[in-house]
Amino acid sequence: MVSDAVEIRNLTKRFGDFTAVDNISFNVRRGEIFGFLGANGAGKTTAMRILCGLSRPTSGEGTVAGYDINTQQEKIKRRIGYMSQKFSLYPDLTVRENIRLFGGIYGLKDKEIKEKTDTLLSMLDMRQERDKFAGSLPLGWKQKLAFSIAMIHDPEIIFLDEPTGGVDPETRRRFWEMIYDASEKGTTVFVTTHYMDEAEYCDRVSVMVDGRIAALDSPERLKEMYRAENMDEVFRTIVGRSGKEDSR
Amino acid sequence: MREFAASVVKEFLHIFRDRRTILIAMVMPVVQIILFGFAVSTEVNDVRVVFCGDMSDPAIRNAVDRMDNNRYLRITGRIDSPDEVEGVFRKNRADAIVLFGRDFGSGLVQPGHSQVRIVGDGSDPNTAQMITSYIKGVLQAEQTDFSISFTGEKKTSMTPVVQLMYNPAMKSSYNFVPGVMGLILMLICSMMTAVSIVREKETGTLELLLVSPVRPLWIIVSKMIPYLVLSAVNFISILLLSHYVMEVPVNGSILLLSAAALVFVVTSLALGLLISVISPNQRTALLICGMGLTMPTMIFSGIIFPCESMPEILQWFSDIIPAKWFIIIVKKVMIQGSGLASAAKEMLILTGMAAVLLAVSIKSFRTRLQ
Repeated sequence: MVSDAVEIRNLTKRFGDFTAVDNISFNVRRGEIFGFLGANGAGKTTAMRILCGLSRPTSGEGTVAGYDINTQQEKIKRRIGYMSQKFSLYPDLTVRENIRLFGGIYGLKDKEIKEKTDTLLSMLDMRQERDKFAGSLPLGWKQKLAFSIAMIHDPEIIFLDEPTGGVDPETRRRFWEMIYDASEKGTTVFVTTHYMDEAEYCDRVSVMVDGRIAALDSPERLKEMYRAENMDEVFRTIVGRSGKEDSR
Repeated sequence: MREFAASVVKEFLHIFRDRRTILIAMVMPVVQIILFGFAVSTEVNDVRVVFCGDMSDPAIRNAVDRMDNNRYLRITGRIDSPDEVEGVFRKNRADAIVLFGRDFGSGLVQPGHSQVRIVGDGSDPNTAQMITSYIKGVLQAEQTDFSISFTGEKKTSMTPVVQLMYNPAMKSSYNFVPGVMGLILMLICSMMTAVSIVREKETGTLELLLVSPVRPLWIIVSKMIPYLVLSAVNFISILLLSHYVMEVPVNGSILLLSAAALVFVVTSLALGLLISVISPNQRTALLICGMGLTMPTMIFSGIIFPCESMPEILQWFSDIIPAKWFIIIVKKVMIQGSGLASAAKEMLILTGMAAVLLAVSIKSFRTRLQ
């Protein structure tokens, strides 16, 4: 039986008295682009950290890429890619050194790293820049490079934590083309975002409010359900109903 | 292991890319040694001695020769009468003046005593004290030799002869070389490790490493290895500098010294890790290192002030500074040439500190991750 890419049951995470994630359950299908929405502090980063094996849940169970989130974190880490909102490369290393580093820490052999470096550089059209410091690249390039590097070990699932923060719409659109490419090749994409236009690009979207999942469906169905024109309205309705101010 | 190797390479690249880090790591030890060695010295070195006495008197001639041949003293002149003493000091032409009494030579033989006066420049009391007692020692040696040649036997006399073992010239480098060594190793290992971890925490790249299959513990170890290597380089360069430039001998076993340094470095690395866990940003980390480590190390490790002359409470406090114990070991092994047996207590304390700090820092690092 082929399991879903992510299966989560009754996941809870508490920090002292504060419940960051409150008994959530959901599945992410293989090859799907899954949008994870929520205002700041709604618990999406905490939930995502648990899925990535960075943090252990207080209670609840689940699997990521078929491995248990409570006990098999190391195995999960080998099968997922991660790119965060913050700049995901080392600015004081060159493009090539960054590729080398992440190839290395994901256990690629030297030969594989060399091949990957070549394909990556030609794919991104960055041959000229290979010995430039990553910090000197334009933001759009950095993000494309960071995404490619997060994919260097061909992960089953890629987690993108607000990957397009602070980028102009055009660059964002091109970034999403890369996400679609990855998805078409069978990679499951799990993405958190602030931008509601991006939510429209997802196959399915979940909206977190106060640690719970308030809604989960495809953008079309959600718009229908809330009689909304676009995802922005959907989000406002859901968050507003929970008595919360929208952060963006 | 391939994963681990990749992250070690990365840490080295970070260091080589950052000019400030290189500057602190490689240049600071040299500068400190040179600075402490030549600028901050209260030692007897190249002391200019002017004397007053009758050069036709063979006893005086011998005494003057002896002083002139001493490697730390230099006869720079002769004055005719004790009245000129003041003028010599005012014009800064001498650091000490030796006044031989009238009939110095015959006085030594006949009534059995002669007069000699040593005049020092009290405007710098510490140096003056050291210089005058050093000259006194030289003259006493002369007296002993004289009485042996005269009576054929060593004359017993109740004049106490102060002799400073291991460091007869009271060279301050004997004190500060171990101190600087402790300070540098501590700085490199704890401050730089803390800052490098906190920096990644700030930029968010630490997450990237933690989400990778490399185990958290190995990430930490890979961060520490470059600083371990750096401190080894510094350790060697300080030893070489102090041996060839400062002329501080290495009397004891280098192996034992290196072992002590390794334990101390581990202690400092653990401290650095601990600081990185509690600091939210680089500035805080630097502040904690500066106020919490460097200052107490400077004050309590005996580099500047001897611990023995501190109030008791402060002495207790100095006991928790790891650098203090390391510096004691270095002094024992390097200067006194002692073996493990005499430094065992300090070694044990230092090892205990290393073990406790390592356990605590790794545990708190793990807790923070959860």
